[in-house]
Amino acid sequence: MNEITLTVNGKKHTLPAKPGEMLAALLRERLNLTGTKIGCEEAECGSCTVLVDGEPVLSCVYPAVRADGKEIVTIEGLAAEFTAKSAKNAKQELNLGGLRELSGSKVQLHPLQEAFIQHGAVQCGFCIPGQLMTAYALLKRNPDPSREEIRYALKDTLCRCAGYPTIENSILAAAQSLRTGDPIAPPKIQLSAEKHQVIGQVVTRPDAVEKVTGQAKFSDDIKFDGMLYAAVKRAGIPHGILRRLDISKARALPGVVTVLTAEDIPGEHNHGLVVYDWPAIVGLNERVRYVGDSVAIVAAETQEIAEQAVRLIEAEFELQPVVSNPVQARQPESPSLHESGNLLKHIKVRKGNMEQGFADADVIMEHTFHTATTDHAFLEPECSIAVPLPNGRMEIYVGSQIPYEDRQQVARVLDWPEDRIRIVGQLMGGGFGGKEDIAGQIHAAMLANVTGRPVKLLFDRHESLLVHPKRHATQIKVKVGAKKNGCLTAVETELYGDTGAYASLGDKVMTRATTHSAGPYEIPHVRADCYAMYTNNPPAGAFRGFGVTQSAFAVESMMDMLAEKLDIDPVELRRMNALHVGSVTNTGQVLRDSVGLTECIDKVEAEMIRLSGTNDPFKPRPVAGAPHLVRAWGFAAGYKNTGLGGGAPDKAGAEVELYTDGVVEVRTSSAELGQGLVTVLRMIVAEELSMPPEKVRVLVMDTDLTPDGGPTTASRQTYVTGNAARMATQTLRAAMTSTLAEKYDQPPEKIRYIEGLAYVDGHIVSMGDIAVEMKKGGQEPRALYEYWAPETKPLGEGGDMHFAFAFAAQAAEVEVNTNTGEMRVLNVIAANDVGRIVNPLGLEGQVEGGVMMGLGNALTENFIVEEGRVVTDRLARYRIPGIEMTPNIIPIMVEHPTKDGPYGAKGVGEIVSIPTTPAITNAIYNAVGVRVDSLPVDQEQILWGLKYSPK
Amino acid sequence: MTRWQQYLQPKTVTEALDALAHSPEPTLLIAGGTDLLLDLDQGRHPPVHTLVDVNSIREMQPIEIHGSELFIGASVPHSKIVASSLVADHAQALAEACNLIGGPQVRNVATLGGNVAHALPAADGTIALMALNAQAEIASSTKGIRQIPLSEIFLGPGKSTLAKDELLVGFHLPLKNKNQASAFKRIMRPQGVALPIINMAIWLERDKDQIADVRVAVGPAGPKPWRALSAESGLRGQHPDNKTATRALELLLSDAQFRTSPRRASADYRRHLVSVLFKDTLQAAWNRAL
Repeated sequence: MNEITLTVNGKKHTLPAKPGEMLAALLRERLNLTGTKIGCEEAECGSCTVLVDGEPVLSCVYPAVRADGKEIVTIEGLAAEFTAKSAKNAKQELNLGGLRELSGSKVQLHPLQEAFIQHGAVQCGFCIPGQLMTAYALLKRNPDPSREEIRYALKDTLCRCAGYPTIENSILAAAQSLRTGDPIAPPKIQLSAEKHQVIGQVVTRPDAVEKVTGQAKFSDDIKFDGMLYAAVKRAGIPHGILRRLDISKARALPGVVTVLTAEDIPGEHNHGLVVYDWPAIVGLNERVRYVGDSVAIVAAETQEIAEQAVRLIEAEFELQPVVSNPVQARQPESPSLHESGNLLKHIKVRKGNMEQGFADADVIMEHTFHTATTDHAFLEPECSIAVPLPNGRMEIYVGSQIPYEDRQQVARVLDWPEDRIRIVGQLMGGGFGGKEDIAGQIHAAMLANVTGRPVKLLFDRHESLLVHPKRHATQIKVKVGAKKNGCLTAVETELYGDTGAYASLGDKVMTRATTHSAGPYEIPHVRADCYAMYTNNPPAGAFRGFGVTQSAFAVESMMDMLAEKLDIDPVELRRMNALHVGSVTNTGQVLRDSVGLTECIDKVEAEMIRLSGTNDPFKPRPVAGAPHLVRAWGFAAGYKNTGLGGGAPDKAGAEVELYTDGVVEVRTSSAELGQGLVTVLRMIVAEELSMPPEKVRVLVMDTDLTPDGGPTTASRQTYVTGNAARMATQTLRAAMTSTLAEKYDQPPEKIRYIEGLAYVDGHIVSMGDIAVEMKKGGQEPRALYEYWAPETKPLGEGGDMHFAFAFAAQAAEVEVNTNTGEMRVLNVIAANDVGRIVNPLGLEGQVEGGVMMGLGNALTENFIVEEGRVVTDRLARYRIPGIEMTPNIIPIMVEHPTKDGPYGAKGVGEIVSIPTTPAITNAIYNAVGVRVDSLPVDQEQILWGLKYSPK
Repeated sequence: MTRWQQYLQPKTVTEALDALAHSPEPTLLIAGGTDLLLDLDQGRHPPVHTLVDVNSIREMQPIEIHGSELFIGASVPHSKIVASSLVADHAQALAEACNLIGGPQVRNVATLGGNVAHALPAADGTIALMALNAQAEIASSTKGIRQIPLSEIFLGPGKSTLAKDELLVGFHLPLKNKNQASAFKRIMRPQGVALPIINMAIWLERDKDQIADVRVAVGPAGPKPWRALSAESGLRGQHPDNKTATRALELLLSDAQFRTSPRRASADYRRHLVSVLFKDTLQAAWNRAL
């Protein structure tokens, strides 16, 4: 076949057939319909779903030629499907919530799109085209689907932000609207107890319309004229010395523009976030420390040629013995991976006197736990585009959690001043900590610098899994002493963290794991020792929870073991030891405010008792009519710092500017990865100026245009950048007020702002006119604020190691099949003390996604590395939870405001995920008497456990 | 690497056989391609020049009754099998199996013929077809059209007896009579590749309180999709009470070759699970055969 004729979104196209082309590539590259996303190219994730003759198919594994003569609908055509075919009456159109603005014009969306926006189903947005197309196909076939039918249809359409319950509710709401012509039913959601105009109210995302229509641009959706494509030759061996490298064949391949090696690095050879220990390219006679190390990089006219060139590069290594786990790494006979040895850091927590603590105990217990390496599996693989400019500067288009850090690291390797580089941050299809480190930024910049042309470096899923830092695998020994009445007297922990080949944020992550390793409890005597060790595994770094996910599993399992031994209710045991205002933490910090842990525990317990209909929810209950299915609840608590802490200066800049059209723009380099910072910033500015949030524009992640907001990590942005935006807005408002006061000769306190208008002495002045007035007076209507969070102290010095902590309790109900060892989670109740609810829609998304990530950590996720070789090198082998595994999730927000947080808010991104895993494993123990001390849960081991040691 | 140079979409079996015989080598048939294309992409399959797509071949599309048989074309996607009332009536185990393969998007494309031709010992659709006593219809440019018992297609894991010039056209299944029924069940694990740890299909005919005839298929219980023939003998003419089932299960376990798959399931776990599945699936089929 030489030609393909296909109809896409109602428009007929005839194109020459290309050998090997998939439908996704045809749509994205030849028709420029980039709304269809490629997340895995393995028929696993569902992001590439389009309709072919009305049926959803995965366009990444659908040969384009097969679409000949067929009708295709993509996300870009969804809105038109509604207006053209489904809107039977004008009433329905009007009732949907009106028109939405998209690229300057008004559009009527499909009710599914409207519902996804209004319910907050859109987070990072990368999976949304797939979710919407799959849901659309379902509603065409079945206008009134049940929850089960929705889950069946969306089974393999993955969402890593994991707002599955909200996606489900959105589809139900859209179906109802389509059937009745009524407006989309609003979401049921807990608002803040404190009344504000905007804060704590339901506000939709500023980027939601783009994300539901396929117009949102992620890095790989961008093309430049003359752009080259890059590929990286990876070492493919875990440990060895590069002895020979031959790039001549690659260089000779037609279409290859350049091949670079370590010799071509202009500046410093190493990069890194804290420690510069990670070679940008490993040079001849230098050490390869993991399979993902690069030895050469290629730029070529096409992606295919670049990949072919990489296969022509010959590299030979002198293999070295592999260090495959952190305990082995600490043995004196293990080979040394770095000049400093294999110990990245020995982290110590000391409080009280351990001898005394254990002498005071009536009961002492000790147990060792293991957690697996896990991958962020953000659905958008890493992509960087470097664009050299005629003025000698370079722009890098990339989705990065720390734009200024990218700039610094690229500049260092290029040996350029930092301001010669501009990071232009792009929408991110999820990050979760996995987009803090350098991925392709440096390589793309080096290639662009040499070729003088734009260079795109896109990882495929395989490369993404091999290369980027993971969550640390750990071994955690917990020794606990307690009085008969349950009062904890001492906790001693020893942690080993596998930080892999390079430091990344390993020191910080394992420090957090260590300081939190005794749980959210007040304990007089605490000792913790952690060894963060280098190995030949892929590096480990930041991952939502930042080490606390791991230590919470250990200590919360131990709390249940202790409760059983003491015959005390596990909830009561936690309550009696819980941190409260006035408590002193393990690191010697006095908690002065905002400790809502007891309320979280109480509310989860009450809901658990209500839902289970029993006062003893931890007792195993066989299912009526199926006695081999046994259910029980499990409980866990947790806490997590907000902000960098540990003495690190924690600051963020934000700038707000009022324009003459009445729009206010807020600018900061802080990153939006789907979590909703852009909504939060919009809400804060709108609140402070008493204006409609839709009139606030948010610009983030641009090192030329936005002030440094610091890293988007440690659940810090609502607090730190939120405060910066708030104070910048207050400064702007004061300037606006004084302009008006002068003009109308009124005292400033007489000026009122209501819904975007200023009321002065009977005059009504629009925001735009205030900007005009300020400019007339020679004043720029903008304000920049650099916010410094309260000072913290390094570990070991006592005092405030962190300026705030979030607290949580969760209960999970599981059902274990005692015939097979299989299990499922039925319910999760999650209470989080968030300080103050700022953005309720986003917050609910964080809770749902956090619970699902915790569930994945417990039940599905296991990044397997054997002798340094990655076994789970495809998404098909690394499973993340889908909608069918989603339990009924009941979020409960608890508000104990913290003094310096914006409106009292503190961070929520990580705490929401931390107690889930131990709540599930504790529930498994309660159901069948098998203690899971190694993650993830292995159903075969559950079966053997319950067969051979019944409770 | 270009996945293919030439992609042909013949409309008839004759055209397809012609394309296989006369196209630049290497030549390969492609059905849904949801496995094959990934195998090509990820280097698990040697490169090809020509792909011959069977999805437009008329003779391979129908689900229809031919005399005393149900014919299911090899190019029928799983979703159509799941939705078919003929399959629901005559081959319930197959509908159940096809409904569990992949997700909805994959089922809209992946075909039953592809499932069988892949020759994996625990392919869900294949195991159901084994219990349903399917005959495979094969077209060859040299030997014409022939029917063989499905089990004769399999040589070993991923290896079939289908020659390079042969095409799997479809499957013939005996129609269901009164007192006959089938059932399919499987057990998965949530980590790693989405393949069953163990699956099973049972077809049986009931004569009042006795099993008049029965077929039991299990995967993976050896290198090929496997029938538990001695267990079937143990069940025939018996009332399927606990004692009979236990005895039949012992026969099954003594014949089956369960293996340990690292990080997935030990042989012991498979032996245990097959016991659970056997009793459940037998019970389901028995109850349906009323």
